Amino acid sequence: MFFLEVSHLQKAYNSVPAVNDFSLSLDKGKIYALVGPDGAGKTTIIRTLCNLVRPDKGTIVIDNMDVFSQFDMIKPLLGYMPQVFSLYPDLSVEENLVFHAGIYGVMGDKYRTRRDEMYRFSHLKPFANRRAGDLSGGMKQKLALSCALMHDPSLLVLDEPTTGVDPLSRSQFWDVLLRLKTQGVAILLTTPYMDEVARADNACFIFEGRKMAEGSPDELVRIFDGSVFFINITPDARTIERLNNIENVSATRFGAGLHLYLPSDHSPEQYRVELTSVGINPSIAEPIEPDLEDCFIQMIEKAV
Amino acid sequence: MNPSAVEIEHLSRSFGSFTAVDKITLNVSVGETFGFLGANGAGKTTTIRMLCGLLLPTEGKGKVAGFDVYRQSEQIKRTIGYMSQKFSLYSDLTGRENLNFYGAAYGLSRSRTKVGIAELSDRLELHEFLDRPSYTLPTGWRQRLALGAALLHKPKILFLDEPTSGVDPIFRRRFWALLYDLAEEGVTIFVTTHYMDEAEYCDRISIMHQGRIVEMGKPFEIVRNHHQTNLENTFISLISQQDDNNA
Repeated sequence: MFFLEVSHLQKAYNSVPAVNDFSLSLDKGKIYALVGPDGAGKTTIIRTLCNLVRPDKGTIVIDNMDVFSQFDMIKPLLGYMPQVFSLYPDLSVEENLVFHAGIYGVMGDKYRTRRDEMYRFSHLKPFANRRAGDLSGGMKQKLALSCALMHDPSLLVLDEPTTGVDPLSRSQFWDVLLRLKTQGVAILLTTPYMDEVARADNACFIFEGRKMAEGSPDELVRIFDGSVFFINITPDARTIERLNNIENVSATRFGAGLHLYLPSDHSPEQYRVELTSVGINPSIAEPIEPDLEDCFIQMIEKAV
Repeated sequence: MNPSAVEIEHLSRSFGSFTAVDKITLNVSVGETFGFLGANGAGKTTTIRMLCGLLLPTEGKGKVAGFDVYRQSEQIKRTIGYMSQKFSLYSDLTGRENLNFYGAAYGLSRSRTKVGIAELSDRLELHEFLDRPSYTLPTGWRQRLALGAALLHKPKILFLDEPTSGVDPIFRRRFWALLYDLAEEGVTIFVTTHYMDEAEYCDRISIMHQGRIVEMGKPFEIVRNHHQTNLENTFISLISQQDDNNA
């Protein structure tokens, strides 16, 4: 039995399915990432898990307890950080911590110890008296995470915790998640960043409420069908469009260059005429391993 | 040398004893795509608000499209488009109603607004979403609608404050394809983002930390000068160095 088991979850809004036969399992000390486009059902799954949405079908079991009938016993085990900043903007950093700790009965010395631990990772101590509403984006997310952690939960559920967070704060945020993981916390999160997915133990791609692929990051990458080449040219819109018009070829912008996709075992040389007509010498196409973003793009394109 | 779309010199803004923007100097040429990067709370939004004529600087000089940021904020507002960090449309109104509202706010005639909406719905593929209340739209479509509102009066300079925050990777790419098209038409793009792959799409970038610009140039040159492999690592090492220096 896994620490968290979601089985055959089903939820529709006005008969439009949001989540369709969705299952996942997660153990303590592991990180699981839910990845999918907007409206894929990620937030619905997370809300169901936190007993904020009642599914039409399916079960969720946390530490051998049923979320819907035994939530009072599960609540102390669960830390939840919603997508939208949901702290009290008029309360100070410290007041928000006191408030969240209080809800879970964390008070007195226990509170102070926990608060100091949170300050050590968040570096928010110098801002203890600042209104939460006046914090920068990265600080707000760190405060929200601190609040979700005040009662020392065993399962941490994070809905896009690093959206709008700068690269340094994001890397610090992940240092904290990896530390929690080594302490045995189970972490479930959604993210639009593929580099974060790569740091999870397991991940799944969701599209229209359905699980399209699941596995470790290494396993997910192997699902990619075809070969990928990096071309170091300025990827203007017209070049991309013309490449996409070549049969069996597709292309997408990656940073300052582009990725060219061909069927497996095809080489850019075989497309010399077509590529040259777009202004690309096939010899500059450098074969590379597909990454998670390539896989995600391919999955969505196949599904649409 | 192209004429300047944005020209600022020693521009500062303080709030009480706190200096949010500290004597920054930069030039953005007409038609350039400029990535305005920085840590959270570095002063990016404050700078953009000054450039859009929404906030007066406390010190320094600034011109946007040749208009002075102190005295000509009305002319600036008519010349530029601004898409803010937060979703700035009325959730209860439909996309079309929102766009009509923006058209009126910019003093466009009804017929010009109508033509503008038709053009934008083609360009941004908004048709099927135009008559739904905005709050029912997924994030990616809301961002597109917000871009539509910022483009309705055909601005020459577009300021975008984290336009793709919370948008999935596919939508992000499509959003940037739209920005690229605009850039090819000669629109100057001034954009903030926390996605370093997007920053690499820019002609030039600056990196801001605690109110000051600590780095500026072409993305690949900055990466090379810092002996890093990519912009993400460069950003992280640069900002942590600055933090250490200040500690």
